[in-house]
Amino acid sequence: MNTSPEPAAAIAPRWHRIRMIEHPALRYGLFALAVIYVFWSMGALDLNWHRISNGIPRAGNMFARMIPPDFSRWSLLVKGILESVQMALAASFFGMILAVPLGLCGAANLVPKPVYLVARALIILSRTFHEIIIAIFFVKIFGFGPLAGVLTLIVASTSFISKMIAEDIENMTPGQLEAVRATGASFPKLLIYCISPNTLPRYLGVSIYRLDANIRHSTVVGIVGAGGIGQVLAATFSRYDYDFSLAILITIVSLVFLGEFFSSWVRGHLR
Amino acid sequence: MLAISELKKVYPTGAKALNNVSFTVDQPQVIAIIGPSGAGKSTLIRCINRLVEPTSGKVLLDDIDIVSLSRRELRKARRRMGMIFQEYNLVDRLTVMENLLSGRLGYVSFWRAYSRKFPPKDVVAAFKLLDRVGLEGYQGTRADALSGGQRQRVGIARALMQAPDLLLVDEPTASLDPKTSRQIMRLLVELVQERGTPALVNIHDVALAQSFSDRIIGLTTGEIVFDGTSDQVTEDVLTEIYGEEDWSQTIRKGDDDNSPPTDKKSSKDNGYVREAVAG
Amino acid sequence: MTVIEHAEKYPEIWRRFSPRMTLIRYVWYVAIVAVATWSISNLDLPWFYFLDAHVQALDLVTRMWPPELEFWETLALPLLETIHIATLGTIFTLIIAFPVAFLAARNTTFNTATWFIGRLILVTSRSVNTVVWGLFFVAMFGPGPLAGIWAIAFRSIGFMGKLVAEAIEEIDEGIVEAIDATGASRLQVLWYGILPQVLPVIYGTTIYRWDINIRESTVLGFVGAGGIGILLYSSINQFQWREVSLILLTVFGVVMVSEFVSAMVRKRIS
Repeated sequence: MNTSPEPAAAIAPRWHRIRMIEHPALRYGLFALAVIYVFWSMGALDLNWHRISNGIPRAGNMFARMIPPDFSRWSLLVKGILESVQMALAASFFGMILAVPLGLCGAANLVPKPVYLVARALIILSRTFHEIIIAIFFVKIFGFGPLAGVLTLIVASTSFISKMIAEDIENMTPGQLEAVRATGASFPKLLIYCISPNTLPRYLGVSIYRLDANIRHSTVVGIVGAGGIGQVLAATFSRYDYDFSLAILITIVSLVFLGEFFSSWVRGHLR
Repeated sequence: MLAISELKKVYPTGAKALNNVSFTVDQPQVIAIIGPSGAGKSTLIRCINRLVEPTSGKVLLDDIDIVSLSRRELRKARRRMGMIFQEYNLVDRLTVMENLLSGRLGYVSFWRAYSRKFPPKDVVAAFKLLDRVGLEGYQGTRADALSGGQRQRVGIARALMQAPDLLLVDEPTASLDPKTSRQIMRLLVELVQERGTPALVNIHDVALAQSFSDRIIGLTTGEIVFDGTSDQVTEDVLTEIYGEEDWSQTIRKGDDDNSPPTDKKSSKDNGYVREAVAG
Repeated sequence: MTVIEHAEKYPEIWRRFSPRMTLIRYVWYVAIVAVATWSISNLDLPWFYFLDAHVQALDLVTRMWPPELEFWETLALPLLETIHIATLGTIFTLIIAFPVAFLAARNTTFNTATWFIGRLILVTSRSVNTVVWGLFFVAMFGPGPLAGIWAIAFRSIGFMGKLVAEAIEEIDEGIVEAIDATGASRLQVLWYGILPQVLPVIYGTTIYRWDINIRESTVLGFVGAGGIGILLYSSINQFQWREVSLILLTVFGVVMVSEFVSAMVRKRIS
């Protein structure tokens, strides 16, 4: 058995010696740049060990108040969770529906160029801004409460799903479209006979995934007053009810966990 | 039946894909179109049913000029032209039966297409065609579970479901092995004879073209340089179409071999009425 | 062939799905519609709002134009802070996520318990949104960018850890075996066998997450965790719509740039 200092070179294939960044100067240079950046930015942000070390006793204090988690106000908790789940469901449902026309218009191989550009612009615009910003706008227009939250999540879901649909359609083998067109089929029949079979499985899978994501996002929009468990959570933090905060957080994590289970089960069945 | 007159296709870049192509088809025959890559064979075929829009010229299918039709009328006209593709172009996730029935999409309403409840006569015709191309029993199989030769048979059956007046066939055997290629070509020839439907077939294999076609058209850089029977294809003709080369090996010599088809006993009747098969 | 044999051989009806399967599908449809109806049942839908929503929206847009360019001076520093928060947060994630990914990958973890712990850490991290983590860390460290950096880091661990763990699980075991067979230590196996295989994924995921984190950092200020978010919130609350539009444009620009950079780097990697 070979016990020389570089055993790997003798037996393992050559590729593992090839580095990601070939040029040693570039590699070390980037690393050095990263280190320099870290120190510079920390200075710029006025972060120093002093502040961090001051934070540790505060953190300890907070942890002490968090544990054990307080589930006594479970009716409020359940009400908030239920509202979040409802928001997520509604947003997924309407998002799925609205995403179809938007996604179809976002496929370059299907619609004329101007339609495509407008659709893509809409999708990009709604994905650029964090949902909390969109939530604030909806709260301003529709007032506090879950309506603003549902609308926000509908916007988020629609843009996400429609992007997937558009990409799926563009990645289709073009020949299938040609063949169905050559039979004399009109556009609607083209949709249901050629596009739908190809995009349906992934469309459903993405929508189910989005259901799970919406539950997570519904916690966030509550922070600005758009309903859901997030609103309850934000209140607990501002009132220093940390033990209730922990209870809520644990519930959210469990809910998301369950949601992921459910989502992968359904997607498994869709194969 | 089909008359092409001064067909031109010029791309926005200025590239001339078709330059004054004219020919007529007035009897049911298999016409092979041969020529080098980029000669415009694919473009020609697609200009006939306007999957590619011609720049100018006329395509007369029984005295209707396809080029001048509106979109609605074009869809109606396309029903009369069945197309068969090199890459089969089946909808992979659908079953063979659904792919066959898609040939009738130009004739049924949206709701029938959506619910897949096609008229009974279409379903019966589909089963019969399935039989004819040798895929009996495959109706419930998903298209992506088939081999290349099987998929092409489905493609042929789908085109025939339209009961077309013309078959447009784009390199049907380019993705198939030599044996399957001959089976497919044989099937095409038989079907053309049975139904009296002319077929325009792009082929790049000259020997295959000679074995199975009644008439050969040679296309080079968008122009027809040869139009005659397969016997008339000499080495000089091939040089004119493809360029200098040792053509002695390419030209078919003598009769083609009669290798039996593999997966179905082919029915020699006209395909619609079958004798009760014993056992 | 008799008529009956003909009908049997060439049926007139063909269905893709058996009646049972069709029934199941219809049950699903009904169930989904029922659930959807229930989900909006508790919402107080002010229908009259929707009627003039377009008028309101147009009104809002006119008030936002043109963007208040002088506000840029107030903007610049918080914007930079936002970028720092995102970048530092991502860098810290890198340090923590890789070991956790190791624990969470079936082929590199020590035993089932460690695997479970690794998975648990990743799920917890992913389930809580960056902004909620922001709330948490603001309570812990007080307002400011420090809380923001931790929030970004804690959320990103789940994202990156999951992808890297999956990559680790998909490596070519043969190469690891080869190195193991030479008598190399566990650390050497890690360095020579596993790391090179997952390095592209690590780089790719890092830059992908950095791009997402830029977006997340823009709103951390809402909960006091630093960055441009606080300006946005105050401008909206003061109805200073022209300032708002400038902030939004800047955010748009920064996100576009980061997406472009991220896409370019990821293309070079693969």
